[in-house]
Formats: sequence, structure tokens, C-alpha cells
Amino acid sequence: MWRNKLRSLVIIIAMALGLTTGIFSTAFYEGLIDQRIDKVIKSEISHIQVHKPGFRNATEISGFIPNAEAIAEKIRTFPEVAGVSNRLIVNSMIASAETGAGVKIVGVDPAREKKVTNIHTKLVEGTYFEGKRRNPVVIGHKLAEKLNVHLGSKVVITLQDINNDITAGAFRVTGIFNTMSNAFDEGSIFVRFNDLQRLTMIPDKAGHEIAILASKNDIVNAVKLKVDSAAPGLEVLTWLDLSPEMSYLNEAMDLYMYIFIVIILFALLFGIINTMLMAVLERIKEIGMLMAIGMNKTRVFLLIMYETVFLSLTGGVFGVIFGSLISKYYETHKIDLSIWADGYLELGYDPFVYTRLEWPLLVNVTIMVIITGILASIYPAWKALSYNPANALRIE
Amino acid sequence: MSIIKIKNLTKIYDGSSIEVKAVDHIDLRFEKGEFTAVVGPSGSGKTTFLNMLGGLDSPTEGEVIIDDVDMWSLSSRKRIDFRLHNIGFVFQAYNLLPVLTARENVELIMELQGRSKKERTKRTTALLEEVGLGDRIDSRPSKLSGGEQQRVAVARALASKPKFILADEPTANLDSKATENLLDIMEQLNKEENITFIFSTHDARVMKKARRIVTLEDGKILSDLTK
Repeated sequence: MWRNKLRSLVIIIAMALGLTTGIFSTAFYEGLIDQRIDKVIKSEISHIQVHKPGFRNATEISGFIPNAEAIAEKIRTFPEVAGVSNRLIVNSMIASAETGAGVKIVGVDPAREKKVTNIHTKLVEGTYFEGKRRNPVVIGHKLAEKLNVHLGSKVVITLQDINNDITAGAFRVTGIFNTMSNAFDEGSIFVRFNDLQRLTMIPDKAGHEIAILASKNDIVNAVKLKVDSAAPGLEVLTWLDLSPEMSYLNEAMDLYMYIFIVIILFALLFGIINTMLMAVLERIKEIGMLMAIGMNKTRVFLLIMYETVFLSLTGGVFGVIFGSLISKYYETHKIDLSIWADGYLELGYDPFVYTRLEWPLLVNVTIMVIITGILASIYPAWKALSYNPANALRIE
Repeated sequence: MSIIKIKNLTKIYDGSSIEVKAVDHIDLRFEKGEFTAVVGPSGSGKTTFLNMLGGLDSPTEGEVIIDDVDMWSLSSRKRIDFRLHNIGFVFQAYNLLPVLTARENVELIMELQGRSKKERTKRTTALLEEVGLGDRIDSRPSKLSGGEQQRVAVARALASKPKFILADEPTANLDSKATENLLDIMEQLNKEENITFIFSTHDARVMKKARRIVTLEDGKILSDLTK
């Protein structure tokens, strides 16, 4: 393999660069998707939600769970649960002095909600329901821009109460958040649970939605089973059911990234075949000698295959190491894409990305490199075996 | 008793318009311990004859029977295995593997035979000493002269304990001193260890040492003389 060092080095460097790019790109997109999912879970939907069956489709004000607070209290006793928030959810109109917009109002107990979502950490102005001011509302920066309101501005929320009567309440903007998801920041507002309850006349201790945050991402299904038994007759859904597009995005991105790496390896395959073919043809006399003295075809094939796999693996190992080191570095150092922030935000992605490297990816890539080496060896080996020893020995 | 019986051995190359008979219906026998030179002008069929005798090139017709085994009736896989255990080869251009040392080149064939490391090491050392290269055992071919490389090739051919050794123009690339040295070693191996050698050659010095000379011309035996 090292008889023609330059030729071997070219293919090793090509393999290393290709895999470095493939691994880093995969880690980049894994990080991007993870951040998106994390944002959806921590800012919007949490891990698990409990509703009255049918509520999610119609969002009728009457679709509340009468004993929601009691169920929430029971779920809070589960050790695997980090937070539980009983919410009121009402679709309504919000109007400023200039204009209006349709929004989803979420009535929350701020102390409970803080344990489930991180909206309180996303405030860019004001506070998250601090003080005893009457009817505070926390809105997204996009909605604030749209309504042209600021901290302290008065807005009027109009909605249908439990008796189907139109009712309205004056609220004052006390906090403005930016979750870096334009759709959410424009479409959702938060008020105190009691303020919304009073306006809608929903009974005490009831709620439309119980949002649950598990202590770890990988125990969500186990927690769901316990919540199922604590909330009989109610619809209990995990974030994968609540946001199937996130689940699909996650799976699709894994697939796309493997396809991407396969394309890189496929392109490299031809380079390796070319290198090995030249190496075999240069040594055809030696191969002829080996066959003449009694090396059987299987051993000749394996000889060429081992060499090809070794060549591929050498480049592959460097690629895996460099790709991993770069990806690991950017796990803790953000990649700043803020020059394209508008596009990213519109799609709900952060313009600051932290990579995420999954070890199974590296194992799979290494296996794929070995398979590439084996595939690349077939044609050169077949070419070598196509000579009979007498003819091979005659070649000058 | 004959260890090699050649019956009606023929090789015809089909060209686009003409048919060339490289070897034309040869019948021969070789006895154990012979030191035979196959001679003839260029194109007389010496190399083709040796290739068919060594199982490297298939005959158009005829049989090569070695110790009652018709080599060309064997499957390709069995024929390769038969070569490994029964025939030693010495090539004109030495054909040593340049990345291996003299020791490794000799050991390789025994490794293919599945012999133990201990046996390989012992036999390789003995053979390289026998051909006068005991002090060059760990040298690569590029550090050896042509004559030394050919002596490594002889040691390699002997390593598998073959029934006979085929040498295709073994002295063609050597100067007279190296040729003399190589021939002395092969003659000594032949006399002392009763190893059968069959050469193809143009070289008068080889013919002088040979005890039997088979002369080919146009693929046919012109003469078969035993001294």
C-alpha cells in the first residue's frame, strides 16, 4: 500500500475529509433538530399532556377536566416527574389601541408553570408574573411588534365564556418573551390561571390541559404509563404524539444524514477502486508468482481485500477522529448563524447551533467504511484473478 | 521409477488467421534425482513446455502425470494445492516480493502450506545458510545482488519440500560468477539431497552442468541426450 505513498495518501486524505464533513454535518443537523425539539418541549408542549378526549381537535372552552387540579396533584407525587402544570386554554382575540390578532391564551399558575416550561427564561423585557398587579399578560415579541404594544401597554382580550357569552377583559403587558420561534411568539400569550378562570367562569380546580415534564427525556414513555393510570378516561399523549412533525423530523433527519454519508462513501468508492486497480496492475507479476507457487484464489482475493479495507479504514479512522473532535468542540461552542437568523427563526430553529455527536453514528460510519473497502476490493481483485499465472509472470 | 510422465503434450495458440503449435505432441519421462536442461532456440517452446509441466498453463492436448496424478485432470483449486506441495519454481526474474526480507520470502510458501512458525523458522534458516546467505537473512531483495536474489528464489523453491524444481532460464539475468555460484549450489543440492531439477536455458554453462539435455525445436523434441 505504501509503495506509492502519494497515491495512497491522496485517497486516505479524500476519505478523511469526506468523513469529517459527513460526521460534522450529521452532528450539526442532530444538534439543530435537538434544539428545535427541546424548544418545542420546554417552551410549548412539555413531555406529556392530558386532555379531555376531543379537546385538542375543537379547543372548546367547555372541554375542561373538572378534577384537573386533583389529577395534577397526584401526578406531582411521581418521582420521575419534574413538574406538572394545570392550564386553561382558550382561543380568543387580543386587541391593542391599533390592531388585533387571534391568539391562544394559556392560563397558568406561574410557580407551577416555571417547572414545566421555560418561558420565564425567555423574557426579553419585563417580568414573569411578579408583583400583584391585576390582569398581567406575557406576550411574545412578534405579537408585541404586530400589535405595536410595549411593557405597560393595555390590551383587551375578548373571548367566549363557559355560558357561550362574549366577554372581555383588560390586561396589561408585563413581560415580552422571545423563544426564537416566530409562530409561537406570535400565536400564544400567558395570563394568570385565576384571571382567566374568573373571565371564563370555569369551575374552581378544573383545567383544560395538564402539562407534565419528566425528569429525563428517555423515561417519557414510562411516565406516560403511570399518568394513564392516574387519569382514567382522559387522553394522555407524549410529545411525539402531540408534535408528530418533530418526531418525523427527527427520524427523517437521521435517514437523510445516513444517505448523505452513503453518497460521500459512494463517491470515494470509485477513488479507492482506481487506486487499488493501479496497485494491482503494478504488482500483477508478483500476484502471478504467488498464484504460481500455490497461493489459492481465495487468499489472493483476501490479500487485496485486506489491503483495500486497510486503506479505507486508515482514511476512515482519521475522518472519524477529526469529525468527532470538531463536532465535540462545537457541542460547547455555538455556531453563529445569526446572519441568516430571519430564515431560521421563521422555521422555528435557533440561529445559534450546538452540535450533537451520537456514538452509534461513529460505529455505523466505521462499519460503512469497512463495507466500502470490501466493495472497492471486488473489481481490482477480480482483475488480478482474471490473469493465469503464466501470463501474469510474462508481463513486464 | 519415473516421477513425471508426459504423454502427447500439445499446446496450440489460436491466432486470428494462423494456428501456432508451441508444443507439438511431446512424450517424455523424468526420473527422481535428474538434473535436466531443456534447451532450444527462442520460440522453440521451452517456456510453454515448462509452464504446462508446472501446471501454470493448460495444454491443448495430452497429460502431465506426476506420481500417478494427472495434474490437468484436477480442478483449478486442487491443481493450485498440488503445485504448492509438489512443485518448486525458480523464475528468470527472481520474482521475490520486494517488501519482504529474504527470510520472509522463503517462509511465505511454508506459511501457505500451514506449517508451524517454529518449523518455518528452522527450515528457512537452514535453507538460506545452504545457499550461502546465512548472513543476509533479514535483507530485503533491493539490498541483494541478482545472484543473491536468485539464491533466495532457490531456497524458496526448496522450502515447500517439492518433488521437483522447475527453473525457467534461472541464469539469464546473472553474470558469469553468479551463474557459476548458483549452478554449484543447485548441483550440490541435486547430488547430496537427490532433488530433481528441470531447467529451461540458453546458457552453455547450465548445459555443461546438466546430466540430461532435452533439445526442443518448433515445439518438438529434437534430441534427448543423457551424459
